[in-house]
Amino acid sequence: MKEYGVFDILGPVMVGPSSSHTAGAARLGKIASEISGGGFYKVEFHLHGSFAKTYKGHGTDKALVAGILGYSPSDEELRDSFQLAKDKGILFEFIETEMEYAHPNTAKIVFKYKDRPDFYITGSSIGGGSIIITDIDGDEVEFTGEYPTIILKYKDQKGMISKISSILANHEINIATMKVSRDGDNATMFCEIDTPIEENVVEEIKNIKEITRAKFIL
Amino acid sequence: MFNKGSELLDLCNKENKKISDIVIEKEMKLSNSSLEEVIGIMKETFKVMEKSATEALNKEVRSVSGLTGGNAKKVEEYRNSRKTLSGVFINSAMSKALSTSEVNASMGKVCAAPTAGASGILPSAILSAKEKLESDDDTTIRGLFVAAGIGEIVAKNATVSGAEGGCQAECGVAAAMAAAGIVEMAGGTPQMSLDAAGFALINIMGLVCDPIAGLVEYPCSLRNASGVVNALISADMAMAEVESLVPFDEVVEALYKVGKALPESLRETALGGIAATPTGKELSRRLFS
Ligand code: SF4
Repeated sequence: MKEYGVFDILGPVMVGPSSSHTAGAARLGKIASEISGGGFYKVEFHLHGSFAKTYKGHGTDKALVAGILGYSPSDEELRDSFQLAKDKGILFEFIETEMEYAHPNTAKIVFKYKDRPDFYITGSSIGGGSIIITDIDGDEVEFTGEYPTIILKYKDQKGMISKISSILANHEINIATMKVSRDGDNATMFCEIDTPIEENVVEEIKNIKEITRAKFIL
Repeated sequence: MFNKGSELLDLCNKENKKISDIVIEKEMKLSNSSLEEVIGIMKETFKVMEKSATEALNKEVRSVSGLTGGNAKKVEEYRNSRKTLSGVFINSAMSKALSTSEVNASMGKVCAAPTAGASGILPSAILSAKEKLESDDDTTIRGLFVAAGIGEIVAKNATVSGAEGGCQAECGVAAAMAAAGIVEMAGGTPQMSLDAAGFALINIMGLVCDPIAGLVEYPCSLRNASGVVNALISADMAMAEVESLVPFDEVVEALYKVGKALPESLRETALGGIAATPTGKELSRRLFS
């Protein structure tokens, strides 16, 4: 039996109207934007299922845009996000689409840059304001953003997993889940941890020479 | 710790405590927080509730879709200006519930209780009871903890999602939570709180979820208004020492079974009930074409 806390029942405090179509959408946009690392000039939102059908009435569109600007589901700025994006010079577009085998509330968020190729993230709003990220630029993943998450790309070779886990262990950081996928010589690691990590640990991991890309969502 | 209403009652009786005491203690343990921290978060939550319940009383708040809005203000003006049928107190409670509903549909800030769709019921019930009983802040905040405790029990043993259990699981459970909370505020016993919660669920058992165009607006806002009235009368019945023949836990189980028995068309899919009326379908067509 799942344990509920008082504020699971009286909460979340959120901007309406719908925890899955508004609050979840804002969260999805926010986490996607954190993973992207910013610097984009345009964002395309490809909406699937119920997101595609009802996004206007639920303010899913405004919530997604607010999310990529860094606002949280409880920020009242959600309502005015289109204007806020304009003020920042960020363009956005909504495209209704169909994705095979996708959860009804799914969005593929494509970030466009002037100086580098597009980068995309796919995720779904799975109810009660919770989300799940399922694809990062072609890497199949599964994480909720509820825990601090480390995403690493590196040249695959023996000992990498133990190298990273021992750095975390040395700093007494608990690993909640870890998933590694391989594509030829390259590997991608997703690691959810129990507590946020300090800057020096981030540096220590970044300094492992095999790592080609590191992202920390803390 | 408690999973059922009966276990909550046992704890109250054994330790000679109120429901709010038990719920607060459990929350402190679960979240590893101090009493001040837990009370502090609840006070912040209550502020959001107060604001949403009063925001649309004096100004017309329209929904994002344009489908609904302005009714909280209408009811508020009506109860101030004319002789009402159900009385000033009931009308005032309804307008507050409508207010939160309308704020929610306009992309304003609310506290889901237990969901965003049913978020108007608890704030209005607590505020109405606070006014009527002239409760102090501590008593009021405790009412919210009682409500949360009841919600936890239903979430564990049944569901608080319209897609799973129909509107009885959202507006029904919100009314049950509110009823139990205001009974403690009024000085009722733990048993009376549970009886009141049971009455509220029994009163709307079977209520379907059928929002027009799938938007959390209509009939949702109406059910927030009727939901708070349900909470108030259920609490009054319990305070009058009307006893529930069927214990709360069994009522919750019945609610769950009824929810499971509802066809999918009546569980938030907008394919049945009010959503599927000719007018409901026409409004949906107009909104999304
Ligand atoms: S009708 Fe459905 S969406 Fe509306 S409040 Fe009830 S359960 Fe929620």
